[in-house]
Amino acid sequence: MIMIEAIIRPERVGQVTSALDAAGCHGYHYYNITGQGRQGGVEVFIGRGGQMATRSAVPKTLIRTVVSDDMKESVIAAILEDARGPGEGAIGDGKIFVIPLADAIRVRTGERGDEAI
Amino acid sequence: MDSGSIAWMLAASALVLIMTPGLAFFYGGLVREKAVVNMIMMSFISMAVVSLVWVLWGYSLAFGDGNAFIGDLSVVGLSGIDMNDASGDIPVLLFVVFQMMFAIITPALITGAIAERFKFTTYVVFLVLWVTFVYAPIAHWVWAGNGWLFELGALDFAGGTVVHINAGVAAVAAALFVGKRRNPGAEPHNVPYVMLGAALLWFGWFGFNAGSGLASNALAVNAFLVTNTAAAAAALTWAVLSQIHHQRISAVGVATGAVAGLVAITPASGFVGPMGAIAIGLVVGVITYYAVLLRPRTRLDDSLDVFAVHGLGGIWGAIATGIFAVEAIGGTAGLIEGNGGQMLTQLIAVGATIGYSLVVTMIILKVLDLIPGLGLRVSVADEDRGVDISQQGERGFVSDGAD
Repeated sequence: MIMIEAIIRPERVGQVTSALDAAGCHGYHYYNITGQGRQGGVEVFIGRGGQMATRSAVPKTLIRTVVSDDMKESVIAAILEDARGPGEGAIGDGKIFVIPLADAIRVRTGERGDEAI
Repeated sequence: MDSGSIAWMLAASALVLIMTPGLAFFYGGLVREKAVVNMIMMSFISMAVVSLVWVLWGYSLAFGDGNAFIGDLSVVGLSGIDMNDASGDIPVLLFVVFQMMFAIITPALITGAIAERFKFTTYVVFLVLWVTFVYAPIAHWVWAGNGWLFELGALDFAGGTVVHINAGVAAVAAALFVGKRRNPGAEPHNVPYVMLGAALLWFGWFGFNAGSGLASNALAVNAFLVTNTAAAAAALTWAVLSQIHHQRISAVGVATGAVAGLVAITPASGFVGPMGAIAIGLVVGVITYYAVLLRPRTRLDDSLDVFAVHGLGGIWGAIATGIFAVEAIGGTAGLIEGNGGQMLTQLIAVGATIGYSLVVTMIILKVLDLIPGLGLRVSVADEDRGVDISQQGERGFVSDGAD
């Protein structure tokens, strides 16, 4: 089992979740995060609006799913395909992290491992 | 008495009241999320505390006969004022109510300087003392028939000195005594709140200024017009300066500009025409923009720039009244119409207000700091947790997932 975490553009969430569903990955969750990568921070007004400061506050969405090992490449491919904007892709399209997972347990039945996902 | 004037002044009083919760949202949006409830409450509690102070002894100290410097205790508890007693076109009690709303918002303006770190219980005591010892005397000087600035001929139609310079200077004293925040320079946590608050202030200001003639007449209409005009001119000035300096037009900046314009026109609104209002708005926009830009370079953490906007805006407004006053409007000519002496009178009023407000506010804060169990500032841990949790025991926005 692996956990896949992808930091993506918030405006791509709809496409990426559709792609996950199409790839047979029906369980995932996502939440809004802020931070920065190579894209850098953003400049915002502070105080009463007279001056600006740089904040590492680029809005991103982190989408997380757990899949069996044999689905790894198809899920990564699905995210890669749809997290990129049209064309060649650009700085800020995001990153995918793959993390080995010790176990998974379904609360309702107590099933474990691949059975539980 | 005149029923039209009574109707307008009732409405105007309610308009001035809504400025205080408007200010609450304006300031509330500018602070961090963990201080929004406290910031809003510092304004809101003024409606409770100052209303009672005003009825009990505040009005008497401000508008009782007394001497040139302060009223007396002759109308404590509004005793002896008959429901049918008249003051000009309106009942005396309506004048009491209208003036009460001014006394409520003035100390609330100060709270922008002490955001995110002031002990709330101490603040409540501060409200009582400040309205009693700072606001009431200055209101008497400027607006009571025997007040020394009134007799000197100082022009302050709706409270440039009494409300704005007074609050702006007290804000400097308060920021100085409570000290810097642990982490100044915050990004406003809710810009829509700021805009909502600014809109309510702008709206309420029509009662503030157009009500200050205490009658429903042509002077009130002129005050309404120049108030709106100056706010517009100052807001647009901020927009232009924001575009020049940052290539973007800050919403918070434009809201700040609008408030600065409203501040500056306040003393002038019964004395100037629309062209004077445009000039007043343009100049106050420039003054306050650069003051807000430069203030963080000082060591003073006047967190929400109360002095830059209300202090400097009020000072410019008081001086500008002496420049742009039109005899045909308010009965007094200004510098442009050849009455240079009015400027001097205005400067005396400004200087006296600054000096008195600064000194007496400092004394009040020093005393509160020394009283065991009070003290000005919350603990470091309470400031870090946020004054919403530590002072109010509430959170502004609960979105932790728990049902």
